[in-house]
This record gives sequence, structure tokens and C-alpha cells, in this order.
Amino acid sequence: MIDKVCSIDKVKGFIKDGYSIMVGGFGVPGTPFILIDAVLKSGKKELTLIKNEANEDGMGVSKLIEAGLAKKLITTHIGLNRRAIEMMNSGKIEVEFYPMGILAEKIRAGGSGIFGFLTDIGIDTILRKGKGIVELNGREMFVEQALRSDVALIHASRADRFGNLVYEKSARNFNPIMAMAAKKVIVEVESIVGIGELDPDQIHTPGVFVDHIVVLERLTEEYKVLKHHVIG
Amino acid sequence: MLSDNKIAARAAREIKEGQVVNCGIGIPSLIPKFTPVDKPFLIHSENGILGVGPPSSIKNADRNLIDAGATYICVNSGASFFDISLSFTIIRGGHLDIAFLGALEVDESGDLANWIIPGKYSPGIGGGMELAQKAKRVIVTITHTTKDGSPKILRKCKLPVTAKSCVNTIITELGVIDVTPNGLLLRELAEDTDVNTLFQRTEASIKLPDGEIPRF
Repeated sequence: MIDKVCSIDKVKGFIKDGYSIMVGGFGVPGTPFILIDAVLKSGKKELTLIKNEANEDGMGVSKLIEAGLAKKLITTHIGLNRRAIEMMNSGKIEVEFYPMGILAEKIRAGGSGIFGFLTDIGIDTILRKGKGIVELNGREMFVEQALRSDVALIHASRADRFGNLVYEKSARNFNPIMAMAAKKVIVEVESIVGIGELDPDQIHTPGVFVDHIVVLERLTEEYKVLKHHVIG
Repeated sequence: MLSDNKIAARAAREIKEGQVVNCGIGIPSLIPKFTPVDKPFLIHSENGILGVGPPSSIKNADRNLIDAGATYICVNSGASFFDISLSFTIIRGGHLDIAFLGALEVDESGDLANWIIPGKYSPGIGGGMELAQKAKRVIVTITHTTKDGSPKILRKCKLPVTAKSCVNTIITELGVIDVTPNGLLLRELAEDTDVNTLFQRTEASIKLPDGEIPRF
């Protein structure tokens, strides 16, 4: 029987200098904090990180950025990370911004064997600079290229040993599409079951996309509710 | 804060039963608390939720459940979760009835600027461009002027735009203003103001409706 479960100690060995790494998550939900810590321990540098945002100061991918391991961040918005904004403004990291749904679609295309797509999102804005533009049915469109990476780091709620994944609530976000778009897909999961124990109708990511599964022994503080975002 | 609530309360009345709406950060995020419970509608959040409910308390906050502004939330009955690609399929595919957005500047042609002040403020793009370009209706909810009294409703946006000709309606503490092919048209005026005040605090020209101006 296929069993993709591996030890967290092996993860740092999967990372090399100069790698591009997709990281799932939107804020805390779905961010694979323990896998990110493994990348930090690897000490590998010149990384290109691809993530919705930069987490918040001192958390998640911000640790990699603050440690100077990332040369570039491909993202949509980093407004909640003061440190990342400072480093961007002082030229310590290159940041490439995309509209959120366009970043998602670039990744989805990358994972789907599509080389690019046409879109008019941002066509009337300063994003035009340096972009490939074509005309289709009398309208200008950007040519957006697909995006793939060397590694994807994914957080899922449950998995079986083949790598079928189930996400929880808003922790799904970028995880399913990033799990399709990397050469090596590493998933951390909160619980694991045997093959056949997940309902096939309820699986969000089929195990075919997954290479390695790390079963989390416990969730660290970073996974918990951030009290400054509770307003009710 | 008082005027923020007033703007949000007026904006809430634009929502029709059964609509799918997205409420951005700032004043738009206050809109749901002013909507009547007998008119069910669905709130979309870019991070993959349809059916966003009220903010959760510290007691019931779920570590896996936030909205796109990072606030811990509850979901309403009938809610669904999905990935970001599908979330923006809802927006770009034309399935979103209203996007309520904040703005730094908005102008007579309905151009919107709300994402960058070059050299000062550039946190990124987020989902704003897609909401501005592709929602069926874009309603900008803003205080009429900046904190230092400068107009936000301009003849022409000075900042880099988020999208051109995208705004349908502007709601401020002074009025409800529609963007029409003939320029800005006042639809309603706030109870506690007058037309002269509105004109003084607006750089753009605003046309008045025929007859008595409705108040809110």
C-alpha cells in the first residue's frame, strides 16, 4: 500500500538554494507554520516565496523574509506585515504583486498544464507597464503566464496515507491550487487515517498531487486565534 | 465613527433580498450590521466564503474561520467554503451583485483609486481590482472628505486608478450620488446638511435631481 507519510526532519532536505516555494494559507488559516519552520531550519537562501500575503510580523513566511532567506515574494497584499513592507521599501526583498484572483489563476493554470491565459483585470492601471498585451475581439488583454514552483507547502486538516486531503473552512484558500502546481508537494496534516477511511465524495485534493505527508504531533501557538483580529 | 455608521446604514439599504454582495475593509465592513434580518442575502469573502455571518467573539472564534480582512467570523445557514480560484470565478464570472468598496479618490467618470499612493502607501492589490472591474454594481462608501478636509470626489482621479469607469454609486455622510453617463447626479441628501455644504466639499460637479431632493 502507498504510504507517503514522512518525518518533519526530512523536510529541510527537500529545499535547495534558489528554490521557488508556494506556501498555502490566507492569514493564519491554512498556513503550514511547521513546514515553514523546517524551511527556516534548512537555512537555504535566495528563495522565491509565493503566498497570498506575508503573514504578520514574526509569523509564518515573515520569519523567512526577516531572516533574509527570501530574495523575492510573489503575492497579492502585505498590508498586515509592517516588517515586510519596510524590507520591500528599502530594497531588501523584491515584491511582485498580482490581483488576488489572477495570482490564483496563474497557479491553477500552472498546475493544469496551461501555459497562460488572457485577462482584462488591471488593463487600465499602472500594471500595464512591461506587460504583454494582445487584442481579442477589439479589447485589450494581458497575457498572464502560468506559475509553477519547485516546492509547495500545504496545510490540510485530514489526510489518508495516499495523500487525499480535506481542508477546514476558510483554511482551504490557496492550498488546493498550490498542491497542483509544484514539482514536490509537501503537506502537513492535523490527523491521518488509513486509505479508504475518507469518504471519496468529501475529498478536496486527490492524493495524486501529493508527494509527502507530515503528521503534526501538536499545533504550535502560531495556529491559534489571533486575538487582535477578534472584534465580536 | 458616527458618520461611518451613518454611511454604512444608508449603504445597507441598497442591498436587495437574495443578492450576493462583498463588503471590503473599513466602512464597508460595517454594512452587514445595518441590514434587516427579514431580507436574506449572501456575503461573499475573497478568501473563499459565501454566507459570511457576524464577527465571532473570543469564546466562539474558530482558528480556521476568518474573512478576507482577517476578522474571525461566524457563517450563516446555507454558507459554503471554496478555494481562491473559485472565489474569483464568482467575482470575474459576473455572479457578484454588489461590491462595497472604500476609496482614496473617486471621480466624475466613475474612476476609482483605492490601492496605492506612490512612495507612501503600497501594500499591494488584494482582490480590489477584480471587485471594482467585475461586480455588477460598485458602490463606494466613503467619508465625503479626507481628515484634513480635502475632497475625495474629484473631477479626475490624481492617484493611480484601481479601475476606470467602474463606480455606479457613491455614498457619503452627505449624500447618495449616482455616476451617470452625464456625470454625477445627486439622488439623496443627508437630513443634517444642505446642497451648498455638499458643493463646497466636492471638487467634482454634481447635478441636482428634478423636484424636491429626497433625504436620508
